[in-house]
Amino acid sequence: MKVTLIDYGAGNVTSVERALQRLGAVSHRSNSPQCIAKAEALLLPGVGHYAALIRALDERALRAPLLDAIQRGVPFLGVCLGLQALYETSEEAPELSGLRLLPGSVRSLPSTVKLPHMGWNQLRFTRSSRLLEGISADAYFYFAHSFAATNSNGEAVALCNHGADFAAVIEKQNIFAVQFHPEKSGDVGAHLLQNFLRLAA
Amino acid sequence: MSLAHRIIPCLDTDGARVVKGVNFVGLRDAGDPVVLAARYNAEGADELVVLDIAASRDRRPTFLETIRRVASELAIPLTAGGGIRSLDDGRSVVRAGADKVTVNTAAVARPELISELSREFGAQAVVLAIDAKRLDHHWDVMVRGGRDSANCDALLWAQKGVELGAGEILLTSVDRDGTQLGFDTPLTAAISRAVTVPVIASGGAKLPEHFAQIFSEGAADAALAASIFHDNVQSIRELKQYLSARNIEVRLPC
Repeated sequence: MKVTLIDYGAGNVTSVERALQRLGAVSHRSNSPQCIAKAEALLLPGVGHYAALIRALDERALRAPLLDAIQRGVPFLGVCLGLQALYETSEEAPELSGLRLLPGSVRSLPSTVKLPHMGWNQLRFTRSSRLLEGISADAYFYFAHSFAATNSNGEAVALCNHGADFAAVIEKQNIFAVQFHPEKSGDVGAHLLQNFLRLAA
Repeated sequence: MSLAHRIIPCLDTDGARVVKGVNFVGLRDAGDPVVLAARYNAEGADELVVLDIAASRDRRPTFLETIRRVASELAIPLTAGGGIRSLDDGRSVVRAGADKVTVNTAAVARPELISELSREFGAQAVVLAIDAKRLDHHWDVMVRGGRDSANCDALLWAQKGVELGAGEILLTSVDRDGTQLGFDTPLTAAISRAVTVPVIASGGAKLPEHFAQIFSEGAADAALAASIFHDNVQSIRELKQYLSARNIEVRLPC
């Protein structure tokens, strides 16, 4: 099984690639619609501005093959912006349309706390999760973001809190997504990526 | 459940080797950055900062190679900087594997640099490094490795930097740097309360009490130190256990 890393120019593609290599996984970067259409497993990394990700998907004609692959059941892991992209819209760029695989929108975290939400935080598991299997409830993951999904439809299997609760881990059939950066979250992050590789195999 | 206070070792390099000095002068060799990075990654460091303090144009390829080698050892975030003068300089360190870029002197000279980097990489990837020195009743911004005054108030500069798109402030007390007398608590508290982004305190750390104080009274979100970690004066693991025992939230290594 080979993981196709959707490379739209995000800063963290190399880190994700390296993290997968450390686990012995075979991966390759791609920004071509043909490769994405044929992918066995898809990983959408992303960090920075929501608009940069959505625009890149559309400019490179990746939206349709990506949605098609996910709907066919190809295992998908979204990281950070890769989670936010699954929703209908984001307050960070309200004029753009997300992938709309999940209802609801992405909003700014409250200004009552320091933003970006930057650093290591813990999760609150809301129900059992295959992606989080073997990960202890007090584990810390590395976050770096100012916008987040509010979990208005209870879609998250784990929440995090920074000024407000938000969706930290999504799991819905073959769709997996995390708001934190597993590629930067030490051994715990590696464990989560390993779980995804196992589920995708 | 809340955000942990971060402990960040800093590698000051001449491009290729880790160096150290007191108050930015009298540098001496302190080891191989890749070896130190691997050690801190294993000891439970929350992040790593690598700076090119020589920041000369001809050494830049060497520094980028150092970032690449360090990044390949790490499963934690990496911040790199020193001599970042343009968007292109920022791009080259991000491409080499840094998650965040620090800007200092060049941003004082041309503040738009912060916005350019922030637009391209997002605010979470732009760290404004401020070297501050006490001057009467305020703190003055120092540039060129802490040597020259920028004739600018550190508190106002921090706020301006955040407005322009910096997602974090790396605040070094020039007065305390290298003294091991403890962090500059009043400076850190003043800046931390004046901005909406996380603040990393730097300069003067030696004892675990210094870290406890900067997190409680200094309102720091993260604390950075260099030589005490390089010289094994303080282990990161024991430091975190000390802080945890005092109810300061930290990520304890396994």
